[in-house]
Amino acid sequence: MALFGAGAIKGLMVTLGYIRRKPFTTQYPEDKLEQSPRFRGNTFVWYEERCTGCATCAKGCPLGIIRIVTHPEPHSQVGSDYHVDVFDIDTGRCMFCALCVEVCPYDALHMGGDFEQASYGREDMVISVEDLKAMPKKPRTQFRPQMEMIGHTGKDELEEHEAGRWSL
Amino acid sequence: MAVTSEMNSDNANYDIEPVLLNLGPQHPSTHGVFRIRALLDGEEVVDVEPVFGYLHRGSSKLAEERSYTQVITLTDRLDYLSGMTNNLAYVRAVEALAGVGVPERAQYLRVMTAELMRIASHLMALGFLINDLGAWVTPLMHMFREREKVLDLFEMICGARITFSYMRIGGVSHDLPPGFDVAVNGFLDDFEDRVAEYERLLLENEILVSRMKGIAPLTGERAIECSVTGPNLRASGVNFDLRKQAPYEVYDRMNFDVPVTQNGDNWDRMWVRLQEMKESAKMVRQCMAELPDGITRTEADFFIRPPVGEVYSGIEATKGELGFYLVSDGTIAPYRCGIRAPSFINLTVLRELCIGWKLADLIVNFGTLDINVGEVDR
Repeated sequence: MALFGAGAIKGLMVTLGYIRRKPFTTQYPEDKLEQSPRFRGNTFVWYEERCTGCATCAKGCPLGIIRIVTHPEPHSQVGSDYHVDVFDIDTGRCMFCALCVEVCPYDALHMGGDFEQASYGREDMVISVEDLKAMPKKPRTQFRPQMEMIGHTGKDELEEHEAGRWSL
Repeated sequence: MAVTSEMNSDNANYDIEPVLLNLGPQHPSTHGVFRIRALLDGEEVVDVEPVFGYLHRGSSKLAEERSYTQVITLTDRLDYLSGMTNNLAYVRAVEALAGVGVPERAQYLRVMTAELMRIASHLMALGFLINDLGAWVTPLMHMFREREKVLDLFEMICGARITFSYMRIGGVSHDLPPGFDVAVNGFLDDFEDRVAEYERLLLENEILVSRMKGIAPLTGERAIECSVTGPNLRASGVNFDLRKQAPYEVYDRMNFDVPVTQNGDNWDRMWVRLQEMKESAKMVRQCMAELPDGITRTEADFFIRPPVGEVYSGIEATKGELGFYLVSDGTIAPYRCGIRAPSFINLTVLRELCIGWKLADLIVNFGTLDINVGEVDR
């Protein structure tokens, strides 16, 4: 039987070895970690020109929190183009599974990378169509791996013709 | 079980009444909102009644009104420390029901992510166990640091750190991102050193040894009677691991050992998890070396309609056998989605493990059983 406490001292030597190492943590509000290109943030990126108002995203949402109201454009062919009047995404209930992004057949909806979206009320967490238009067009590559092939990392703005799978 | 003071009548001479102590539901050592009603005779535990349901979300019922693909998002939240294995168990059940094949590359990716998840989950089990033992957050932070790296890898693959929704019916949602092999190999090289460090830190510590060795043994027969699965069963000397006994995906091609110990006490339950992490790291390395080219997903409808029938499919999740029982009536949503949650069934033995031991051991017993309340209540 070895000296009682020798094992604990051996364990303490591990702790002692950490004096020389750099800390693993970061001081959050000052330093920010970089997210990966596929990171699913609390925002969405929506390309109005790509969207046809088909509401597939609303059908694909597991929680049914996307509400879309459309009307046909007056001078277009029947059924080919719809103007989106309401596009409410209730991020207060959203779980950011990105199934809406996955099912979008026209690559109009993408995940955004911002995660600092605190607000004082639940009603402020609903992203309206005006908010979607105003949001920076920095789409993340979640479910759009073709954007990784052109070197997009989610930090730059993308035009709508670059954002979809037809750009390749 | 009614907890009454008459249950300990042999102490009547001393005019001592057993004390009913509520541990939880907000107690920091109960791993979530979980309550233990412990009847104490001094320091000794006379009776234990687990009370749960505080985190009940009705996952089975919610699944009945969502399409098969949408239910994947619910399974992330069953055992929130091992979302990948939950996803895997569920999509395997749907694939068996609908007869969807999985490409080979996707099978390798599934095994790789499931084993990374096992590392992360066992790290949490160990860290919180030692936290409960009184070593306040320092050893826990060692474990948290490695888990953080695993979560970074998951964020690279699927964009989320806890609620992955990575698996899909017929494959996985994404192929690996560029630069992933460098990242995962860097993690694995580092992880071997870190596990050696954990062993130096923990395995010879006299306090840990005296608190855990020989405490609350569980025999193999009793474990089988109580349907205990996972590391708790293997610590009791029963060599049963679905990855070996009924290999799914590409586990039959993996070279790994299943650590088994004989005593079934707290120490063995901890030791088995520590060894399993090493084996998982080996498997991740093998998956990355043997990863074949090809597609990662077969085309299955988003609103898939499996034929009428029922299926049960179980995998070796991080805490034991996680099984999904699905009944299809031919529509886009499952008619019934039953979940065999390992944490819930492993709780069966908590009472007999604790009776006769001290109150301080109750916390340790609970920690080594590695219960996740999200899975107990679901």
